[in-house]
Formats: sequence, C-alpha cells, structure tokens
Amino acid sequence: MSTFIIIVVAAAFINNAVLVQCYGICPFLGVSKKMSGSLGMGLAVTLVMAITCLVTYPIYNFVLVKLHIEYLEIIVFIFVIAALVQMIEKAIKKFVPPLYNMMGIYLPLITTNCAVLGVAETVMDASTMMADLGIQAFGLGSAVLYGIFTGIGFTIAICIMSGLREKVDALTIPKSLKGFGITMVTASFMAMAFYVFALVV
Amino acid sequence: MTKERFKNIALDGLLKNNPTFRLVLGTCPTLAISSSLFNSLGMGLSVTVILIFSNIIISCLRKVIPNQVRIPAFILIIATFVTIIRMFLEKYVPDLYTSLGVFLPLIVVNCIILGRAESFASKNPVLDSAADGLFTGLGFTLAISLIGIVREILGAGSILGFKLWDFQIGFFSSSAGAFVVYGLMIAIFNSLYSKFELNRNRKNFKQQMVAQLDNEDAATADAVKEA
Repeated sequence: MSTFIIIVVAAAFINNAVLVQCYGICPFLGVSKKMSGSLGMGLAVTLVMAITCLVTYPIYNFVLVKLHIEYLEIIVFIFVIAALVQMIEKAIKKFVPPLYNMMGIYLPLITTNCAVLGVAETVMDASTMMADLGIQAFGLGSAVLYGIFTGIGFTIAICIMSGLREKVDALTIPKSLKGFGITMVTASFMAMAFYVFALVV
Repeated sequence: MTKERFKNIALDGLLKNNPTFRLVLGTCPTLAISSSLFNSLGMGLSVTVILIFSNIIISCLRKVIPNQVRIPAFILIIATFVTIIRMFLEKYVPDLYTSLGVFLPLIVVNCIILGRAESFASKNPVLDSAADGLFTGLGFTLAISLIGIVREILGAGSILGFKLWDFQIGFFSSSAGAFVVYGLMIAIFNSLYSKFELNRNRKNFKQQMVAQLDNEDAATADAVKEA
C-alpha cells in the first residue's frame, strides 16, 4: 500500500510532468484557454500515457535489451506511440463515441507530445529513482501506475492553469506581456506551489 | 540562392520568426535545460546540427515522399539524426550527455524541427533549406543561451562554471525560475521587436511618400512641359 501511495505522489505531484519536469509545455500553453478543452486534453494524455507504458516497458526490457539494440529505443518508441495513438483514436470512435467527442480532436496532437515520449523514457530509468524512495520491485504494474498518475498530474496542472487563465486574461496588463508572457509567469507561481509536495516525502 | 533570399532567411530565423521568443516552439528543452549556459549551448548546437541535416535530407526527398505519409517519414529522418547525435555526445562529451539526460531523445518531438520540416524544407530547394536550418537553429541557440546566462548568474552565481560571487538565488535554478525568466524574456523581446517593426514601417512609409511626391513632381513637370 505504501508503495502505491509513494508512486502516486511521486508521479502526480513531486515529479509533476509539466511544472517540475517541464514536459508537454506546448499543450499546457496551447490548449489551456478553456476548462473543457483542458480536461479533454488531460484525459487523452492520461490514456495514451498508460497504454504507452504498458506497451513500451515490455518492448524495451524483453526485446531491445535481449537483442542488445537499446540504441534504437528513440525510433522504436516514437513509432509505437504514433501507431498506438492511431489505434486508440479508431477504437474510441467506434466503441465510446461520447468520450471521442470529448477528447478525440486532441488525440492526434499527442503523437508529438514530449510528455508521452518523456514518460516512456523516464519509466525505463525509474527503477533507480524508485530505489531512492525505498521501492525495490519496480515492474510492469508499477510502470503503468506511474504512467497513469503522470497523466493525472498533467491533467491537474492544465486544469488549474485554464482556471487561472480565464481570470488573468480579463486583467489589464502591459501589451508585450500579454499571451505567452503572462502565462509563463503564472506557471512559475504554480510551479512554486508544487514544490511544497517535495517536502511531503 | 540570391543574396536577398539568404538575408531574408537569416532575418526570419534569428529575429522575425525566432522559434523561442516569437513562435514559442520547443519550449520543453528551453525551460528544462537552460539552468546553465553550458547546457544551453550544448542543447542549442545539437538542435542546430540535427535541424540542418534533417532539413537537407527532407528537402532532397521532398518529391519522393508521398504526401499522406510525410509526417511519419519526417519523424523517422529526425529520429535517425537524434540517435546519431546522442551516440556522438555519449562518446565524446559525456558530461553534456548526462546533464541533457532525457531531453536528448526528446529532441525528436521538438516542434521546431518538425515545424521547419513541414513548413520550409518540404517545399524549398536544398541550399535554402540548409540555410533555414542553420539560422533557425542559431536563433534557438541564441535564445536558450540568453535564458541560460540569466539563470546561471542569478541561480548559481557563476558563468560557464566560473564562480563570480557567492550570492545565489536557488529559485532561478528551479523550474519555477525557468518559467518566470522565459516569460519576462518573451515580453522584453516582443516590446523590442514591436519598436523595431514600428521604426521600419515609419522608414518605409517615409520612403514611399518621398517616392510618391517625386512621381507627382515629375508628372507636374511633364504637364508643364506639354503645356
């Protein structure tokens, strides 16, 4: 149980994908104008991350490492992610149309989202990171859990951001600071707030 | 390639369409890596090299790659160069390899490279694309180095590893500091750029007016002559 909690807190808050590790800033800035859009984006990212971890972890450990071709990981991962996103899009469109209406348009954007490739790469090194936190057995289950909660951390960050942006955009601010400038400064304050979680563990 | 075209490409990459400050692309490495000048330069130059080579190859193959599968083809080409650079750094600059960490493979999904492939290299001849890759890459390197300088001086009190003073603000080494420095830099760059544009527009307008007046003068002179 404590293992579960540590992985959850580490993935979603302490190593928050957007605010602490700086992954996936593009959707964080681009899609955070409205709450509904950011929720859809967050859900799509969470789903893709979970399935990516589920697929890439065995591929890396049982195919690439066995054949001693670890140097191909970038090419293999990016193609696996691209193919997965296509499949997920088709499957959701066919079987769960309401969900597709909510997050369908964001799915193709995720192929080139560094957060997804980033989490696939981090999970490969995560066993050493988890050993620091006192977790010895880091297997497929933990990898998928880490993926899911990294996605949830992303969703939390992007939803808070869109809420703040609706307020910030209504303020009078210098013209050159408008748009990306003020969004970055807002993100900075959010990042400071997220540092508090590092003190929890 | 004419001189005028070269100048336009250079100005576009460095200033007008500066990937970091004007287009706000490739933000993830900019924020995560820019905690020191050495890392920033390493990241910027790696991206520049990859951008030049991927632009050249994509431009060479622009008539061969079918339109429907162009994005996977571009990504495959970019991923190949990223793998080559990664191996090169691991062998020859291991310090940089460790400090760039996971952001080295993440160059594959850097929007700057895919963006230039899609919007420039797939439509233009090889030499132009190479120049575009070089200057867009340099624009990125300049921007990320500027952020790196500010963050290293304030956050670590040093520059390129040389100690300047003992005073340091840890905030600027963290990601929160990265966000705030980047945001303010965008604001400064935007206000300078809008002043520059305003001046240029004024100058152009003045020249146009002078030319128009000259024309009118010539026309009246002709009219007088005819009369």
